[in-house]
Parts: sequence; C-alpha cells; structure tokens
Amino acid sequence: MRDIAVVAYHQSDCLASAGASNEVELIMPVLRQVFDQVGLHNAQDVDFVCSGSCDYLQGAAFAFVAGVDALGAVPPIRESHVEMDAAWALYESILKIRMGHADSALIYGFAKSSPGELPIVLSQQLDPYYLAPLWVDTVSLAALQARLMLDKGAITEADMAAVVARSRRNALGNPRAQLAGEVSVEELLAEETYVSPLRRHDCCPVSDGAAAMIIATVEQAERWGKPYARITGIDHRIESHNLGLRDLCDSVSTRRAAAAAGVADGAVDVAELYAPFSHQEIILSRALALGESTAINPSGGVLAGNLMMASGLSRVGEVFRRIVEGEAGRGVAHATSGPCLQHNLVAVLEAA
Amino acid sequence: MAQLAAVIGTGQTKYKTKRGDVSIAGLLREAAVAALEDAGLGFDDIDAVVIGKAPDMFEGVVMPECYLSDALGANGKPMLRVHTAGSVGGSTALVAASHVQSGTFRRVLTVTFEKQSESNAMWALSTPQPFSVHLNAGAGGYFAPIIREYMRRSKAPYDVGIKVAVKDRLHGARNPLAHLHKPDITMAEVEESMMLWDPIRLLEACPSSDGACAMVIAAEDAVDSSAKPPAWIRGGAMRSEPTLYAGRDEVNPRAGRDCAADVYRQAGISDPRRQLNCAEIYVPFSWYEPMWLENLGFAEEGQGWRLTMDGATSLDEGGDIPWNPSGGVLSSNPIGASGMIRFAEAARQVRGDAGAHQVAGAKLAMGHAYGGGAQFFAMWIVGADKP
Repeated sequence: MRDIAVVAYHQSDCLASAGASNEVELIMPVLRQVFDQVGLHNAQDVDFVCSGSCDYLQGAAFAFVAGVDALGAVPPIRESHVEMDAAWALYESILKIRMGHADSALIYGFAKSSPGELPIVLSQQLDPYYLAPLWVDTVSLAALQARLMLDKGAITEADMAAVVARSRRNALGNPRAQLAGEVSVEELLAEETYVSPLRRHDCCPVSDGAAAMIIATVEQAERWGKPYARITGIDHRIESHNLGLRDLCDSVSTRRAAAAAGVADGAVDVAELYAPFSHQEIILSRALALGESTAINPSGGVLAGNLMMASGLSRVGEVFRRIVEGEAGRGVAHATSGPCLQHNLVAVLEAA
Repeated sequence: MAQLAAVIGTGQTKYKTKRGDVSIAGLLREAAVAALEDAGLGFDDIDAVVIGKAPDMFEGVVMPECYLSDALGANGKPMLRVHTAGSVGGSTALVAASHVQSGTFRRVLTVTFEKQSESNAMWALSTPQPFSVHLNAGAGGYFAPIIREYMRRSKAPYDVGIKVAVKDRLHGARNPLAHLHKPDITMAEVEESMMLWDPIRLLEACPSSDGACAMVIAAEDAVDSSAKPPAWIRGGAMRSEPTLYAGRDEVNPRAGRDCAADVYRQAGISDPRRQLNCAEIYVPFSWYEPMWLENLGFAEEGQGWRLTMDGATSLDEGGDIPWNPSGGVLSSNPIGASGMIRFAEAARQVRGDAGAHQVAGAKLAMGHAYGGGAQFFAMWIVGADKP
C-alpha cells in the first residue's frame, strides 16, 4: 500500500458569525493558504479534490455545489463530496491515492452554522420516526451522557471543568481560536448550569469557517520538497444509533478504529480529539488509552472553536502542524459524527 | 495499480410513487438484503458500508448514515455517506469500489436511495439560496432551455424526445421493478400529454419514485460466493465543473466529455457504439438521450438524434446499441439511487442477469450518472471478462 503524507493545512479563524460572507468566501482564503504552502497555483495542480459539508447548515439543497465555484474547476476536475466532516473526505481521498488514481489530493470542509440554531438542526440527525419528532437537541443528549457518567462515578464535574480550563489555556497559543483565556476550575464550577449537568463552557461554541489540507504520496511530497508528516494509519467505525443499546460512558467505535489505525504501536506525543463536550474528551482519552505523556488538544480543541464539517479535518491538520514544526514525532487525530460520539475516525501521523 | 474489483451482487426495490409499507430504513434494507442474497453473503461478511443519496432535504433526515447504521448492519464497521447531487448514485458506486480497488477491504456493501414521498423534491430543489438568484424552477425548468438550445443547434425533428419517451417506457415494461409500466404507450399519447416545461411534456419527464438500489463489490479473491458470474469493473471516472462560467457549453458539457474519455481510456474503448453492447445512461428528460449520445461519443455532434430515430438505441427495434434496457430514469427515478441503478443495471447485463430486458450476449456495458446543472459526472464500464 502506498505511503501517504500530509503536506499542507490551514484553518480559518473560528468566528461566532462570519456575517455576510458566503461559503465560497469562507473557502477561498484557506485554499489559497494551502496552495501557497506547497507552491501550487490552484486545484488543477492536484489529482483529486474532496470536500465535506452539510446542506442543512446552509438551509439549502446542494449547498456544496457553491464550493466548486471556489476551486477554479475549468477545465473540469476529478472531484467528490461527502455529507460528513471533511475528515471523511480525507479518508475517501486516501483510498483514491491508494488505488493509484491520484498522487495528490486537496481536501476541504466548511460550514456557516451561525444563521441557524445548530443543536436544533442536528436534532434532525436522529431516527426520523421515533426520535427526531421529539426535537431532542445535541446539547440535551450530551447532557444525558454526562449525567450518566457522573452518576456512575466515571467522572466528576471538576474533571469536566479541568478539560475546559486546559482548552482555554491552550487556545491562548492558537490565533484561530474563538474562546481562549486563563480560567481556573473553581471559577468554572462557580458558573451556573446550562443544560444540567453541562455548563455553557462544557459545550463547544458555534463557529463559522473552513479548513483545507493537501495530501500526497510520499514520493510526490518529496518532489514538492516541503515538510510533511506521514499518515501511518487511519480507520473509522460507526456504532448503533440507538442510544439505549450503547454504553455511553465508553466509545467502542473509537477503540476499534484506534486498534485498526495502530495507535498503540508507538508513543503518542500529541492527540487532537474532536470532543464537542468536555466529558466526551475524557471518554475519548480513555478509549484511546492516552497517558500522561500525551499532550491532549494543544490547539484548545473544538471547545475553543468548532467549525462544523471541518473540525475533524482540523484535528488531523493540527497534529500535522505540530509534527512538521518539530514539537511532536507521533500523534493521533480523531474526528466524530452523530449524537453522543456515534461515529469515530482515528488517524495516526508520524514524522517523515 | 488499482486492485481488481467486481460486482458480485445487486439488489433493488420495486420502484413506485409511495412505499408507505416501509420506513426509510426498511426501504434500504430491502435492497441491501437482496444484494447480499444475490452475492451469497450475509451482513457479517461485509467489511464496510457506503451509502449515497441526493439532498437530505428530500426526506428531512440530516446525515442519515447515523440513523441507518443499524438497518444496514454497519455497526462496528466503517460507514461513509457520499453526496454529489444527481450523480450521487454513480459516485457512490465508485467510492465503494475504491474501498476494494485500494486494497483496503475485500467486500463492501453500497446502498443508495430516495424516498421522495417523504417530502416534495420540487420544493427541496427550490429553496432560496442565500446570496444567489432564486430560480424556483425545479430540475425540468432548469434543463428546458438547454434542451431548446440543443434542438436549435442540431435541427433535430420535434418528435425525437417523444420517441425516447416511448422507447424507454417500452423497455421499462419489460422490467418488473420499473415504476412506470406502459406497454401500450404510443407517440400520440406522449405528444398529447401536458406540456410541463416547454419542450418537456409530462410523459417526457421522469417520475418521482421511492426506491433503493444496492450492490456488493468484492476483491478478486472474493468473487466466488455468488452463483452468478462477477461483473468486473473495467474503468471508473468522475468529473466536476462549475454550474456557470464564461463560455461554458451547457448542451455538451466538457466535464461529461472528459469523464467519458477517461473511462474509455481505462477500459480500452475507442468506439463506444461498436465496442459496448449496451449502456445505462442517466436520461431524466427525454431529449437528454440524443444530447448524451453526442456528449459520450456514440455519435458526432449534432447527429445523436439520428441514432434515436433509427432505433439504434431500442431493444424492441433490434438496435445495435440499446440505451437504458431497464427503462432508465424515465421509467423509475428515486433520485439518489437513479445513478446506482444505471451502474447496477450495467452489471446485471454483463452477468446475464437482466431477465426480460437482457441484451443478448452483453459482455461490456456502461453505467452513467450526472447531476447539478449537468456539471457532475460519474461513469463506469463493467465487463463479463476479467481484465
């Protein structure tokens, strides 16, 4: 199987509202950044393009079609799209390269979640006959999950606050973050609950923006002569949609994906986890068996800014960035989709 | 470098206006179980599941793979959801194939669907887009002016579309799964049907269907479970171009021409009309048959309509290159599945599995799908012979 490398990555600032900017205007600047990192002109210079977005966030069918306008797809390009986080667009692109139909790929994800009520929009992800009509929003479902963990003694509210305090502190070093600051566990615990037991800071913010990445075979990356990180493993697994059939205090699908991606085959210096709620970071860290030696979410993670449909790709990008900057030799990136961590992707990146 | 892969099972539901007897999950499961049975496999034999459908607004379920994982036996496995507008059925097949061709998996289940009766596709296609001109036209209103331009350029007789509408419905009458069964349809009946979007009459347009289509794609060393021969994937290609750009030829889009050239190159085809035995091509409005005959190189530009009028694409008239022997999109249109039905029907032909709409001795067949403003294309060629 061909060795594949991440060669470029950029994420826009996480904005609470991108105002009147449309999706193309969100995408184009991040594409420019990754093209410049590699020295490419536009999407014509890669063999394949794949994106991730969600029509419902834009409130219109085929909203992703506008994304093609950001690509300069004249003459026509080899292009595909997943209605998922762009981490899965990365997965599709890797298969395309492995099968020899491409040596390089551009991947991007984007969303403008601010115009709608995101937790309510995502409630329509649920079983359309038995659950969606109840309009159970994603925050409420996550709150039930956190309550279960607290009641079982699997975590404490202070554990959750510690995750948030570290996220805010780490985000001070991330110019793209939406929420950053020095705040103590005590201060966080003093705040009132939002959807009990979650406080507002236990929930990721709603952010507008985009992220983009360029990957290639190691041979192509060498030809480009740019620093790169190798993707040594990637796998994703889904589990039951029926929350009553799952152990919500664990993430079995993350464990399986981690085993298939080879997370345990070496030291993990850094891990970027897509945990939209503080308690979920703890579930994921345990499922990935991360220890004290792993820096978790040094970017601040999605609690500091959550670009729907791009945050998973950004996690891979953040690990890539730390490896090429020499801060880490080996790292794990994680992406999630669906209510209460239903679907999880795990990637392992290593220094060249 | 791509690993060999083949279709070893196909499954389709009966297509109809409203499948009130099943849930969305039940609809997909019906097609999935049929494909698995055809492949001689069970859900446990499957390594990964790839689904596709057109916009989520057609059923009102956001990212439906979450809800569908249980019904498709995907729990504990990788599951991917493709969405590339109307071409999605074709692109989903290609993405599923890449799971095998990349050497990553041995057996992949892929399912596409649309349950159009859950909502109103005309509405879902016409929601105003922020920052964009609101067309509120639906697909027919969008394509009608492009068809008129084809008629102007080619000087084709006015009844070419009527002929296609009759031909595909006669094909559909041979296919027990087709939505429309009109064995007695006549040119006069089509001509007298209501004009919807001039020049597209009611009977020159596709129906709105509920339905699902599934396939099992397997690696070279895993094709023997099925009692039927495999359909080897000889080539697969996708192309995209923007909806609008200066100088864009909307009648004969370059993305379609490039995509065809790519897939023909992979399959070693220089003359598609002579070398292919049949084709399942996405023709949702009758006039798209002559337009795609030209776009895909079955005829010279401006001459596609002659093949149609000569009966070259008709099974009933003994044509040399039958198009849409299953009845095509004009006979059944569960949008998200329509592209995969084309791909699966091409596979059925080369497996000798197409029943009353079998093209005798078919060895090499093409599946085609397009979407958006005729800007997204997905195509594959499958063959009875191992490459």
